[in-house]
Amino acid sequence: MTIHEFLAPPAVSCQRSGPNDQIVMSSRVRLARNLRKLPFPSWAKKPDRLRVLETILPAVESLPQLDPHFASAMDDLTPLDRQILVERHLISREHAAKSAGSGLVVNQEESICVMINEEDHLRMQALRPGLQIKACWQAIDALDSALETKLDYAFSPELGYLTACPTNLGTGIRVSAMLHLPGLVLAEEITRIINAANKLNFAVRGLYGEGTEALGNVFQVSNQMTLGESETQIIERISKALNQIIEEEENARTTLLEKKPKSVFNHIGRAYGILANAHTISSKETMNLLSLLRLGIDLGMFKGLERSVTEEIFLLTQPAHLQQQHTEKLGAEERDILRADMVRDRLRSVQRPQAPK
Amino acid sequence: MLCNVCKLNEAKVHLTKIVGDKMQKVDLCEDCSKEKGVDDPTTYSSEDTFLGQILAGEPAAPEPSSTEPTVKCPTCGYSQADFKKAGRFGCSDCYATFGEGLEGMLKTMHKGVRHTGKSPAAFQQTRAEAQKLKLLQKRLDKAIAEENFEEAAQLRDEIKRTK
Ligand SMILES: [Zn+2]
Ligand SMILES: [Zn+2]
Repeated sequence: MTIHEFLAPPAVSCQRSGPNDQIVMSSRVRLARNLRKLPFPSWAKKPDRLRVLETILPAVESLPQLDPHFASAMDDLTPLDRQILVERHLISREHAAKSAGSGLVVNQEESICVMINEEDHLRMQALRPGLQIKACWQAIDALDSALETKLDYAFSPELGYLTACPTNLGTGIRVSAMLHLPGLVLAEEITRIINAANKLNFAVRGLYGEGTEALGNVFQVSNQMTLGESETQIIERISKALNQIIEEEENARTTLLEKKPKSVFNHIGRAYGILANAHTISSKETMNLLSLLRLGIDLGMFKGLERSVTEEIFLLTQPAHLQQQHTEKLGAEERDILRADMVRDRLRSVQRPQAPK
Repeated sequence: MLCNVCKLNEAKVHLTKIVGDKMQKVDLCEDCSKEKGVDDPTTYSSEDTFLGQILAGEPAAPEPSSTEPTVKCPTCGYSQADFKKAGRFGCSDCYATFGEGLEGMLKTMHKGVRHTGKSPAAFQQTRAEAQKLKLLQKRLDKAIAEENFEEAAQLRDEIKRTK
């Protein structure tokens, strides 16, 4: 079975919903773990990497909470498959570039994904739609406790779980949420919010993690410190910050509608105009305009258009997902044309936006 | 978190700038932020060039002198120089091999230098057992000091069983 056949199509996966999902697109908790006495992936030679994969993969696959799941060595996946996994936020761009000795296990719900031999021997993550940090932690904590009986973890009572990079040392936890913040961007308040989050030692990044652009007004907020605080303390601290950002985004939207309604409607109307009528469009422009369409839906400007549809188009118009729908190899120009065709078609029956009363 | 400029003081001023749609971030202590004239967050005048300077890259660390003996991790063969280059360790034993000076670095990255979170159940058990033994030993010492030999004998048996 290929990964395409295994994963739910975007039309289905984008229907998944959760609390606060108007602003919080998804929550994630990741744990980093390593095996004792074996070199970390980037320092290990191929035989050691293969040994780690052969040890971890069966242990992970034997866990009942992962059923039904898809498992594969990274070198058995085509470059297109790997890019699809990146676009679905299941693996990192770094992991997509890995070859022999790296692997992945993902369950059908896409709520748990395990990367083997990424930066650490084992990186397991729980994902949920909307704001569900605690549920993510409970799921991944249980998975980790089940695995620790099968694997010989590198752990020190003083330093905690030992990781390749000392920035992940201790709990090895990375808690993050993907936020859609068009209000704060339009109100030019986003820099203030990012600085405030940084001051609390949270990192704010773009759509695909480290070093990526803040496309489509999507921001990833995550903890940076992993040692000296327990998992629960970290989760409580970041949950508080996330709730504040949600409130700020709501306030920004309200203020914008009060003070500059025409400017807001203008942005949304023009976004609809371009998306519904363009004949060639880049992935970047599509993401930025879909963000405004999504804002319009939140404000009640589109009748009969669901937020999940914008998410589906968002995913389907990403380069690898677009390529996957066509048998012939597409160049960038052809992709831009096919992307515009698809978006036009999807928006054909959508009524023009109306200013909310 | 330490200041990006002097690398000595705790960073108090955190600047993030969005250029186009790229994000750049700098953390500064109070002294350095004043010196660079970016302590007042309402005036971002000099910030552009300043951020650029810092983010353009720090001066390369001096090469370790060849006379310095190279310590290598007995488990994986990693050296301190490898760590300086990659910012990552070679294996979990490297934390013991290069333990010296580790605490200073961890202080710049984390809230504390001691793990206070989850432990594998096996470790919790060993830790609980160790604590119990310590307590029994204490009571035994006291019983002996008080010449309470009957209790001492009982405690000795219990310690034997726990071990
Ligand atoms: Zn300084
Ligand atoms: Zn080592």
